[in-house]
Amino acid sequence: MRVTLDPEALHGPFVREIEAISEQNLLKCNQCGRCSAGCPLVEEMDLLPNQIIRLAQLGLETVIESQTPWMCASCLMCQSRCPKGVDLPRIMEAVRQIALRRGESRVLAGQVEGTLLALAPQMAIIAALRRGER
Amino acid sequence: MTSAERIYSYFPGCTLATTAVDYDVSGRAVAAALGLELREVPDWNCCGAAFPLNAENVMNFIAPARALIAAQRSGHDLATLCAVCFHALKRSDSFLRTHPEAADRLNAFVTEGDFDGRVTVRHLLGILRDDLGWEVVSRHVAAPLQGLRAAPYYGCLLLRPEAEMELDNPEAPRVLHDLLQSLGAEPVGFARQAECCGSTLLVSAPGANQRLSAAVIESARAAGAMIVVTACPLCKFNLDRAQEGRPAAEQLPVAYFTQVMAAAFGLAEHAGPAFPLRAAA
Repeated sequence: MRVTLDPEALHGPFVREIEAISEQNLLKCNQCGRCSAGCPLVEEMDLLPNQIIRLAQLGLETVIESQTPWMCASCLMCQSRCPKGVDLPRIMEAVRQIALRRGESRVLAGQVEGTLLALAPQMAIIAALRRGER
Repeated sequence: MTSAERIYSYFPGCTLATTAVDYDVSGRAVAAALGLELREVPDWNCCGAAFPLNAENVMNFIAPARALIAAQRSGHDLATLCAVCFHALKRSDSFLRTHPEAADRLNAFVTEGDFDGRVTVRHLLGILRDDLGWEVVSRHVAAPLQGLRAAPYYGCLLLRPEAEMELDNPEAPRVLHDLLQSLGAEPVGFARQAECCGSTLLVSAPGANQRLSAAVIESARAAGAMIVVTACPLCKFNLDRAQEGRPAAEQLPVAYFTQVMAAAFGLAEHAGPAFPLRAAA
């Protein structure tokens, strides 16, 4: 895959938007990969967690098309192990937020399966909707 | 300090008031047996369920802040049982303490009082360990759980991030181990004891959720556990669901730590369906 880098994008509005929502400095990450090594959901992801940060550092907006932020369960394994103190779950949330602001809801109250609505812990439904509804 | 002085505000949360009533009832029963007085926060509302990872929008902190403000008036520590509520309340408290400008904006909006950062959010596990001590817990054991190989399942939200949750070391947690030991049971640590059950992917990605929860169960089984012990209603739901359709003899029961305590304290009516435990194969 050829990737074209645009020096303007390194300091462009997309990087600034992610950094504003997440309160994280993307360039703190030096790509050691410890986040991806410990992530329990990595097998469900199209991009590795550290790749999400790398693409975001470079201002590549393709990250918002990735499934990875939606497979992140915010379990904070990566956050607790990052040697650079990067809060990756906040970056994942920023990418989800931008995707939602530009696109469609990922979870809708009306579409939650009926048996789940009846039986699942209330906070699971609330949390899933808070995360995935526009 | 006499037992009468051990008074806490108590925040049950939506799930313990509805689909996980057994956690709430067993928690209140064992707390009462230990002389801990849990006073329910008046007129509480949902904690917000998901801790807002997006710091941009202060509105997301209104729900947890209202619960914290309601608890402030009591002057007691705020006790929780649900790991999700504990996480949302504790981290929201931490966020508002460290972001005074956000707290100011929030205070301008909430009419029933100002967030003043004077409440300490606690989990019952921390209260048992730090305010009572395991020896005191041991003294209340009427039916020691001898021979019960119990897998302490910590999950995510109870422990991480360590600096904010202030409960235990997420890489080598002890608090559930020590509780089980004080009840006479044999704690069996396992590889996935602090890994995610899938959490709210239950709703948005049920397949991935199922695979993660099944892996947790298999990890506990491989360690020789007869039961999995949790502090989270969502973990319990996910772990039970991952075993649906299996023959009963192949299912690993999942119980709240308060139910295990009830079993050891001789409060059989609160011990839940896992007790008395069937002999494992």
